[in-house]
Amino acid sequence: MSIQRRDCLALLTALGLAPHSSSFASPDQARQAIHALVGEIKIQTGRVKIDIPPLIENGNSVVMTLNVESPMTEFDYVKSVHVLAEGNPLPNILSAYFTPRSGRAYVLSRVRLAENQRVWAIAQMSDGSFWQGYADTLVTTSACTEER
Amino acid sequence: MTRPLRTIVTVPPKATLGQLITIRALVQHPMENGFRHNEYGQRIERDIITDFICLYNGNEIFRLKLHTGIAANPLIEFNTLALESGEITFEWLDGNGLSAKAKARIEVT
Repeated sequence: MSIQRRDCLALLTALGLAPHSSSFASPDQARQAIHALVGEIKIQTGRVKIDIPPLIENGNSVVMTLNVESPMTEFDYVKSVHVLAEGNPLPNILSAYFTPRSGRAYVLSRVRLAENQRVWAIAQMSDGSFWQGYADTLVTTSACTEER
Repeated sequence: MTRPLRTIVTVPPKATLGQLITIRALVQHPMENGFRHNEYGQRIERDIITDFICLYNGNEIFRLKLHTGIAANPLIEFNTLALESGEITFEWLDGNGLSAKAKARIEVT
């Protein structure tokens, strides 16, 4: 009987020595990434709506929609939205940059999620203020680190 | 990716002035995140699209930065206001200097 790589990994996981465990971002890393974006400005809660299914069977491709409440006029619009995942190997998912011509601060994309986690969306308005929203989700099959 | 990247963009062909339109852009790309290993245990090199830019008659209306958390064959859907007839162009750039381009026409009445 030959020893399979996945058997080794399962054994290592059981022993708490799994090579993957350290490759996941922690909420701390996500917080650092948010800090890198925002700096010392206080983030307010609200206005940002992030939608992810609450239960995901396959984390490889998850439909995510983002909506930010804003009049989207020349003087009051959403400059950018950043999406960060607490439980992915790298927290950054995407950054979207809008203009007043966008009409609506909306973006839909398909993302990868590695495990059960909270996904944050941080929006920067044209006046420089930051707003945040989040979505919690359960992932049954992980993305990112699965083998071929 | 050495092959040219295949793209599909959806833009309504006609719109009324000031109408909010939805644009979808899809590109064929593995978005290899650099965390996976092949059957020999070697790490697969990271290969992702990093930037997406949309221009409407030469004016930038939307830009997206993509990271490793985006699924393969990235789909991007967003809105814009139909303000003039003309051409909407799309460009995707990947970390290896490759790019893909697409364009669509819109008639605004």
